[in-house]
Amino acid sequence: MPIQVLMPALSPTMEKGNLAKWLKKEGDTVKSGDVIAEIETDKATMEVEAVDEGTLGKILVPEGTADVAVNTPIATILSEGEDASAVSETAKEASKPAQQQKPVESTPPAEPKKAPSAAANSPQLQAPAEPDVPEGTEMVTMTMREALRDAMAEEMRRDPSVFVMGEEVAEYQGAYKVTQGLLQEFGSHRVVDTPITEHGFAGLGVGAALAGLKPIVEFMTFNFAMQAMDQIINSAAKTRYMSGGQIGSSIVFRGPNGAAARVAAQHSQDFSAWYSHIPGLKVIAPYTASDAKGLLKAAIRDPNPVIFLENEILYGQSFPVPKLDDFVLPIGKARIAREGKDVTIVSFSMGMTYALKAAEELAKEGIEAEVIDLRTLRPMDTDTIVASVKKTGRIVTVEEGWPQSGIGAEIAARVVEHAFDYLDAPVTRVSGRDVPMPYAANLEKLALPTVADVVEAAKAVCYR
Amino acid sequence: MAVAKNKAQQPDAARRPSDKEDDTKAKDQTASPVADLGKDQELAAYRDMLLIRRFEEKAGQMYGMGLIGGFCHLYIGQEAVVVGMQMALKEGDAVITGYRDHGHMLACGMDAKGVMAELTGRTHGYSKGKGGSMHMFSAEKGFFGGHGIVAAQVPLGTGLAFASKYRSKDNVSLTYLGDGAANQGQVYESFNMAKLWGLPAIYIIENNQYAMGTSLKRASATTDLSHRGAAHGIPGERVDGMDVRAVKAAGERAVKWCRDGNGPIILEMLTYRYRGHSMSDPAKYRTREEVEKVRSEHDPIEQVRLRLLQKKWATEDELKKIDAKVREVVNEAAEFATNDPEPDPSELYTDIYA
Ligand SMILES: Cc1ncc(C[n+]2csc(CCOP(=O)(O)OP(=O)(O)O)c2C)c(N)n1
Ligand SMILES: [Mg+2]
Repeated sequence: MPIQVLMPALSPTMEKGNLAKWLKKEGDTVKSGDVIAEIETDKATMEVEAVDEGTLGKILVPEGTADVAVNTPIATILSEGEDASAVSETAKEASKPAQQQKPVESTPPAEPKKAPSAAANSPQLQAPAEPDVPEGTEMVTMTMREALRDAMAEEMRRDPSVFVMGEEVAEYQGAYKVTQGLLQEFGSHRVVDTPITEHGFAGLGVGAALAGLKPIVEFMTFNFAMQAMDQIINSAAKTRYMSGGQIGSSIVFRGPNGAAARVAAQHSQDFSAWYSHIPGLKVIAPYTASDAKGLLKAAIRDPNPVIFLENEILYGQSFPVPKLDDFVLPIGKARIAREGKDVTIVSFSMGMTYALKAAEELAKEGIEAEVIDLRTLRPMDTDTIVASVKKTGRIVTVEEGWPQSGIGAEIAARVVEHAFDYLDAPVTRVSGRDVPMPYAANLEKLALPTVADVVEAAKAVCYR
Repeated sequence: MAVAKNKAQQPDAARRPSDKEDDTKAKDQTASPVADLGKDQELAAYRDMLLIRRFEEKAGQMYGMGLIGGFCHLYIGQEAVVVGMQMALKEGDAVITGYRDHGHMLACGMDAKGVMAELTGRTHGYSKGKGGSMHMFSAEKGFFGGHGIVAAQVPLGTGLAFASKYRSKDNVSLTYLGDGAANQGQVYESFNMAKLWGLPAIYIIENNQYAMGTSLKRASATTDLSHRGAAHGIPGERVDGMDVRAVKAAGERAVKWCRDGNGPIILEMLTYRYRGHSMSDPAKYRTREEVEKVRSEHDPIEQVRLRLLQKKWATEDELKKIDAKVREVVNEAAEFATNDPEPDPSELYTDIYA
């Protein structure tokens, strides 16, 4: 039986890729481990290796083919004595392995990945017009990744004291390709690759900021910023206070935060509540590319240390972004993403995908949810939340992080302090489960909040 | 050999800060002849390294099929390091490493089925499917993980050595770390404590030349990593990590050094990873020729294979049989890991507290 070589996946969320190059010809002998082809996506290149010995029988997908679906047979390998005529037979069985793998591929974060195509009519567009954008402004569609890159590039052009530093930010173009092209435009003087020494380079960044530079420190992910926690909190957040206002640090710490797909307990967690605890820090966690761009520019200009929490799963999603020369948003202002009168749903970052979808579901059942995107976690826009609760009398908070002392807990306290008499139901939190993130696909799904959880909570506070 | 031995016995024998000079010395050392293994040991090394290679190839394939998710760091090319080191250990010794850990677990004697089932996130994986590729442990085999944060295993491994000394045992602790990890601050905090307290800690720096897309030269002020203990008076040795004989010999010297109560020691293993850093790797930071050259000229398994044939310790046919057996083990593991059920949903809330 000839052996099929299937189009491999580079990541659990990859659905298709380009067949860049064949390195072997039909009829070439191959042995286990030989590189036979190269495939690529916008993010990475991967070598396809032969896993068995034999002869490359037939190339089923020629080089240069774009958008080849994962698990499509791309070639066959014949073992001794077989000839290429056996090929057509196996090609027929092609769909089989793909079907077997279906259940495993449906890991939960794949769900929001589908959003880009639907971006044009995505729910946030039904929201009231962005007050920060002048009416009639042209909108362009871009990914979160591009918006972040543009924000950095614009600020670097504007202010020569802004520089970027982190692991793999320069030559590699960013572990998640957020700094793509920056090295080419600004050179290695301003786009600096560091060793894997988070505590060291975070502290070095703060030191440079004390001396007046404006560093953007990228953490490959915020999981690794825990190594640097002391410098972020004890040095960056407190120096202005300790020096009686003489010396502060204008620095941005940014990178992906929150749950990623199938990377288990040490690489998949939400630090929103941690940083939002600290006086002296500002904390931003955008959901849309537009907010990300406007707020990252604001963060870079801000004279204080700012923690800028991105989300890996949102990087590839597209959103409309205003086409303006200098689009800067105010830090500390929430955004009403959808207006409603029956129940308030408050969320931020990735949590917004659940909140907005839930609002759509609820609308079908006649419940008009008002969805608030916090955008900034510290300072928190209490006024916007309280005003909404005074209107709806009910509130559900949504976050991927753990429940105890979480963002939802903070919101609950503020609502009780400022709008207790307006509440018609207990404040209800939807959060990640109170467990470390498991690896197994089914458990990971159970550990994260779902749209159904939000719908259920909203109905419960509406007594429906 | 003799040179290296002297080094281990005279830890203070001038470790110069000048990188250039160090590099030359180190090269001499890796080039020095190594003692051959006996027939049985060569055959065992061949089989053990082949098991890792085939296991990893299968894991890569299963990742491509969507059966394994998240990060998956393959060990292909570095097999001689763990297999050689394992030959120097005895019952009760401890091993700890980072996320590129499948080879270490197989070398420790952990069951291929249990490892593969953890990779697929299933019930009978070593961590019941909760840990995945980067986080597996075996209390029984003295394997303490499987850690995802670069260099976090180094203080932990130092603690394992502390426990051995505390209990007046002569067991050693093997802490593996990468060339990239060698720049983390906690490594040097560990070195200081290990030397200060004379802990039986062997630090094995697997220098595969790259940390993701960053070559050693682009991240390290000095590139002879065997000297990284110099400031703390910890001796180090640079070893040809592609030659299982050299690894075993260096491992035995280091283990003896520790068991004799001389405190910590560093082994820098010069090795190479053939595959990308993880499954998703832009592969733009090195040339295909570079990879091909190591593969064709220094492959750790091929070296053993050639020696076995040359010395007539095995025929092509016998080696093919070993290969077939190894494939069978790997295929069984893959089969098991594909069909084993996912963990019960109730497992979400177990194992958080004792
Ligand atoms: C503290 C920390 N920073 C960054 C990372 C992301 N990361 C994972 S592996 C790696 C490269 C490590 O290279 P090296 O130590 O040489 O080990 P190798 O992968 O070559 O085995 C990086 C940067 C991490 N896991 N932990
Ligand atoms: Mg390395």
